[in-house]
Amino acid sequence: MAQLVAEGLVAELLSAGRAAGAEFVEVFVEDVERRSVNLDDRRIENLVSSRDRGAGIRALVGERIGFAHTSNLAQESLLEAVATATAAAVGGDEPIGGHAAEGVDSDVTGVQKIAIPPADVDAATKVALVRSADEAARAVDEAITQVSARYAETRRQIQIANSDGVRSHDDQTRTLFSVTAIASGDTGQQTGSETVGLSVGFELFDSNDVKDLARKAAERALIKVNARPAPSGSMTVVIGPGSGGVLFHEACGHGLEADLVNKGASAFAGKVGEKVASELVTIIDDGTMPDEWGRYAVDDEGRPAARNVLIENGVLKDYMWDGLRARAAGRVSSGNGRRQSYRHLPMVRMTNTYLAAGDQTPEEIIGGVDHGVYVARLGGGQVNTASGDFVFGMTEAYMIEDGRITDPIREGQLIGNGPKVLQMIDAVGNDFEMGPPGTCGKDGQGVPVGDGVPTLRVTELTIGGTTT
Amino acid sequence: MSTVETTDQEFLLGLGEQVLALVRPGEQMEVAVSSGHSTSVKVYGGEVESYTSADSSGAGIRIIADGREGFASAGTLDLDILSALVEDARQNAAFAEHDEHAGIAEPDGWEVVELDTWRSEVLAITAEERIARAIDLESRVLGGHPAISGVRTASYSDSAGASALVSTAGIRAANRSTGVSAMVQALAVDGDRSQTGFGWHGGRAPADVDMDHIVERAVSRATELIGAVKPDSATVELVLDPHLSATILGLTAGTLGGDRIVKKRSPFVGRDGQTIASPLLNMVDDPTDPLSLAAESTDGEGLATRPVPLVTNGVLDGFVWDSYNARKAGVASTGSAQRGTRGLPTPGVHALSVAGGDGGSLEDLIASVDLGIFVFSLAGLHSGVNAISGDFSVGVEGRMIRSGALAEPISECTLGSTLQRLLLDITSVGSDRTHLASGVATPSMIISGVRLSGS
Repeated sequence: MAQLVAEGLVAELLSAGRAAGAEFVEVFVEDVERRSVNLDDRRIENLVSSRDRGAGIRALVGERIGFAHTSNLAQESLLEAVATATAAAVGGDEPIGGHAAEGVDSDVTGVQKIAIPPADVDAATKVALVRSADEAARAVDEAITQVSARYAETRRQIQIANSDGVRSHDDQTRTLFSVTAIASGDTGQQTGSETVGLSVGFELFDSNDVKDLARKAAERALIKVNARPAPSGSMTVVIGPGSGGVLFHEACGHGLEADLVNKGASAFAGKVGEKVASELVTIIDDGTMPDEWGRYAVDDEGRPAARNVLIENGVLKDYMWDGLRARAAGRVSSGNGRRQSYRHLPMVRMTNTYLAAGDQTPEEIIGGVDHGVYVARLGGGQVNTASGDFVFGMTEAYMIEDGRITDPIREGQLIGNGPKVLQMIDAVGNDFEMGPPGTCGKDGQGVPVGDGVPTLRVTELTIGGTTT
Repeated sequence: MSTVETTDQEFLLGLGEQVLALVRPGEQMEVAVSSGHSTSVKVYGGEVESYTSADSSGAGIRIIADGREGFASAGTLDLDILSALVEDARQNAAFAEHDEHAGIAEPDGWEVVELDTWRSEVLAITAEERIARAIDLESRVLGGHPAISGVRTASYSDSAGASALVSTAGIRAANRSTGVSAMVQALAVDGDRSQTGFGWHGGRAPADVDMDHIVERAVSRATELIGAVKPDSATVELVLDPHLSATILGLTAGTLGGDRIVKKRSPFVGRDGQTIASPLLNMVDDPTDPLSLAAESTDGEGLATRPVPLVTNGVLDGFVWDSYNARKAGVASTGSAQRGTRGLPTPGVHALSVAGGDGGSLEDLIASVDLGIFVFSLAGLHSGVNAISGDFSVGVEGRMIRSGALAEPISECTLGSTLQRLLLDITSVGSDRTHLASGVATPSMIISGVRLSGS
């Protein structure tokens, strides 16, 4: 793999930082290219491309981090960044010096097999793709009045070197397609969306027909036009496979990040080994899942991605760790150190987070509900990691009456508490699916993540609808 | 490059002109460049957790040829890369679709209101001062109330930046500004869980940052929620302080962009000239107000910003426009294009300004309510507010108001309504209009008849 910064210069930067008093120095170099095609209102609105290249230098003295970054990869500019970061870390303190970490892998080089690099595909093909989605969505029904579609590709090459001996590289390609349809009817304008995104190249479209995605988006919008307003109140909720994973990402996953745990900002602090969930619940974060949106070979601190079991049969097994928190705790990172770009410091982040399959059929799970709500598709949400309280939008949902899915409902929110929900799961299905690609935001940094769930049942959740 | 050089508007304008010289006959070109320096310190447990020093720069190039628009951006001011970007933008334009309205902004004769948004004292802040302020903030919050169990993060940040925009239409605009802010997130133990309180404030210079406000807000928000219960469902009055008024009215302002009007994606399409709100509501977008921290003399296409009336005595005056959507709608730009250097312009409200009323203070408003909620925060605004239909369903935390007095804290409940309904049901507007650090100026207000869903 091509070196973004030559090995000799990297060595010089690391020694310069150590000589200036840093106990640990890290050079993170990144080169990102993005392209997108955007269609709206029957028209290819624009094609947009961007380039970003730069380096972030992290220096550590005790637990104090100095950080500086530059978009200029020339020797002089990199050395200046090292000096700035080191000076900030050293501060007024006496350097402690003499430090070496154990169990660090060196020379990790990521391999991602890309069948068709998106950059090799001409723009006309990408334009044709979004146009065919527009046509397919409009062909579904006359009530589909507006359609927007987006194609996006990213190639991110990273190089990480540090004074502990890490020399890692990764080359990450992601391709995404999304389509949103708006249907007009008696309840006003309603939207339906479908998104597919994987860590693959243009071969994404060999196994995903954008016309099918467009038809699904249109059908979703039409269902909402004919839906009645969501009820309000507490009831049994069945969450369908796939998109419900976002609930566990937000309401449980964040609370299992070691940085939040260490600061007491997690409902799961101090509970390793304790039963924190129904025994039907096993939650795993797995950065190694092939092709998934949140996968990578090497994290943004140069550690290999890993499969980490967080909760097993209801018992809390471990948190997720980055290098810094692992160092403080005297253990190794779990490969969860990530950052949005070279301009950001790494922190503990999830990868692909999912609740593992159980053995019940979806029919059995729904059949056991007299009166409740079936959430086919969960949308975005918000969570307070300290209290565990969350709110999520339901983008496609139905009533369950006498064990059967009946009328569609619209515009309701699910509200609850993450740790409580984990205890109240009384059925888990055998129909596991990953949900649509996501971007997880934390402290102002966004990174690509995946999540998934099988069908599952929560004995009681609050639906915040507009009717009683 | 030093901070002085990179925030030199003449330097950026000159660089923009150099790139603009690469235009070909028949093309329109617009070059946006920006550069800045920021420093941020985070502390934890009385010690520095991280100290970040960052130079950032960016460029965005828009080319329109034969009615086709292409855009390319990069995180650098390197002239070689900017030249390559011109070619990227050109290639991108070649595959876009012809649109007779596509194009950059033409100068419209509005005079630029010069704004003094630069405070050179920001450049003189030392590392020791930043660290001392962040540590002081953390310790004041820790000592602010016996129930405060910790601080997740306390930080102090400052920045100085400049931007310039030049185009083949003869636009030549430059801005520079400084900013300082501090933030803290407090934790309070509440049985086997924690409550959080967030405090934030900012200004153009260090002296503008109201540390007392940050401490008070973080501590009160975290501790006043202790013992929060799920309330019974009811129809209630909402008392919103200026921050929460800004949230609700900001959501409304977000539906008034000309792009949404052209695409018919707003609940207020075709409603201009009609009553959409209580007669108590008066609001305007005024980026020329020097007291607003969002004030900007030129918009994202280099046109002069100007006050744009939005709602007068409850009647919708109109919308905010950029040049493309204005052309499409057959109206004129209102100088309301918003953009970062790295993205394309879209119309939006810059500096929302809501007139105060005669409802008195926040305390007066609370005292006037029989059954209501004094709202601390709304959650799930992104997923719970439909900006097309106006449907509104969000999580709420706060304290109940019973017979004019604050009562028990509540959480795990939602509010349901529509944006349209909320605006019409404003029953009182406070006389406490406040300029918030977000750039919005609003008073407190009461909204009646809102559905609360709990147990």
